Amino acid sequence: MKIAIDHDGCIGSGECVLAAPEVFDQDDDGIVTLVGSDEVDGHDEAIRSAAHACPARIISLS
Amino acid sequence: MTHLVEADLPSYPMARQCPYDPPPAMSELRSSRPVTRVKIWDGTSPWLVTRYEDVRDVLADPRFSADFRHPGYPGSSPAVKASRDVSPWFVNIDDPEHARYRRMLTAEFAVKRVAGYRPMIESAVEELLDAMADMPQPVDLVQAFALALPSIVVCEVMGIPYGDRGLWQEHSRVLFDVDSTPEQGAHADAELRSYLAQQLEEKKLNPGDDLLSRLAQRYIANGELTPVDGAAMALLLLVAGHETTANMIGMGTMMLLDHPDQAAEVRDGDEKTVQSAVEELLRILTVVHGGRRRVATEAVELGGVQIQAGDGVIASEPAANRDPEQYDDPDELDIHRSDNHHLAFGFGVHRCLGQPLARLELQIAYPALLRRFPDLALAVPTDQMTYRDSMIVYGVDEIPVSWGGRG
Repeated sequence: MKIAIDHDGCIGSGECVLAAPEVFDQDDDGIVTLVGSDEVDGHDEAIRSAAHACPARIISLS
Repeated sequence: MTHLVEADLPSYPMARQCPYDPPPAMSELRSSRPVTRVKIWDGTSPWLVTRYEDVRDVLADPRFSADFRHPGYPGSSPAVKASRDVSPWFVNIDDPEHARYRRMLTAEFAVKRVAGYRPMIESAVEELLDAMADMPQPVDLVQAFALALPSIVVCEVMGIPYGDRGLWQEHSRVLFDVDSTPEQGAHADAELRSYLAQQLEEKKLNPGDDLLSRLAQRYIANGELTPVDGAAMALLLLVAGHETTANMIGMGTMMLLDHPDQAAEVRDGDEKTVQSAVEELLRILTVVHGGRRRVATEAVELGGVQIQAGDGVIASEPAANRDPEQYDDPDELDIHRSDNHHLAFGFGVHRCLGQPLARLELQIAYPALLRRFPDLALAVPTDQMTYRDSMIVYGVDEIPVSWGGRG
């Protein structure tokens, strides 16, 4: 799955980190970062859950 | 198309019938008229939005402004309105200005950063439970534990003396009571702001390892944040940081005691069970019960209804969190519910900033309380308790509990 993130819109809620900690993390400012690359094998359900949970709706999947 | 005449509009908020459930009249509206006009305290008639998907759409849509200075903004109460006229809290400011304020705090509430507070919270819990065990029964769970824990935690995190709580707990209560007069609201607000401005001033001179010190040093010292806005920010953190969690601990404990099988699972369960139980209690109770207030800045179609620019909107999280289109058996407590995605912390860019801290406190508090007092029980029936219907954060005034000999 390919993940696109609008970092400028991140509000640091951490919902993505709770839903998919293998994929999402927060930097020193609390803003979303990816643990690995933006192309992820597996964790599909957790990633979809993270995108749905994101209150700022800045995670898009393809 | 039929138009409701003004006099026929339902009054909002509606009355609850059961302390654990949202008003039945609101649930009825969710199925019959999910986006509909209601009449509120100031005589205006904003739209009430009750379906899960619609509530999310309103709160995530920048065409709905959170700026209370807009004439169409449906205020919560005269006291809150009086308070926010002074200097707005950043929950009532739109992006991009809101984002500038919020970004000063996101690091403070990052998930891993907040996890570092676990030892502090655990030791506060143990101290409070030790003290409670020595008290003559019945004990008021609110004062002994539910309100005390988040008050200690917010003091530790912000770096203010717990000894001052007598001052801010009472002002905070006045501010959050929709029955307070504008004068009472303005007075409580001014006292709180001046107390917090003084705390920030002290932090500038004698910084510690705490949130207010970092605000003072990083943002106030260089002029990025004015002392007035800094005090408004601190006020928001203080009041939002203790009332909410306090009432979740109180109401959540009551609800668990009403469901002994699920309480036993929370008491003895693994981390994952406790986490999902906390999410489920947040969903079903949704103690911030007044609905999120917005105003449309342009025409928007929502749920088949045309909302005009300037119309006020109340997006009800308690109604959304019981939407049968989103949740199976929405009125049943099910601590194993997966993919909960409730809206108890709101949604959109104003989503609760302190949610990782609130979650951690609840995840520690419920099992610790139930383990320490395995025979914990309510000392009076729930229908004899007084509920905080008029408060911005719903809850119970007193929860008398006893636990027999074990504890």
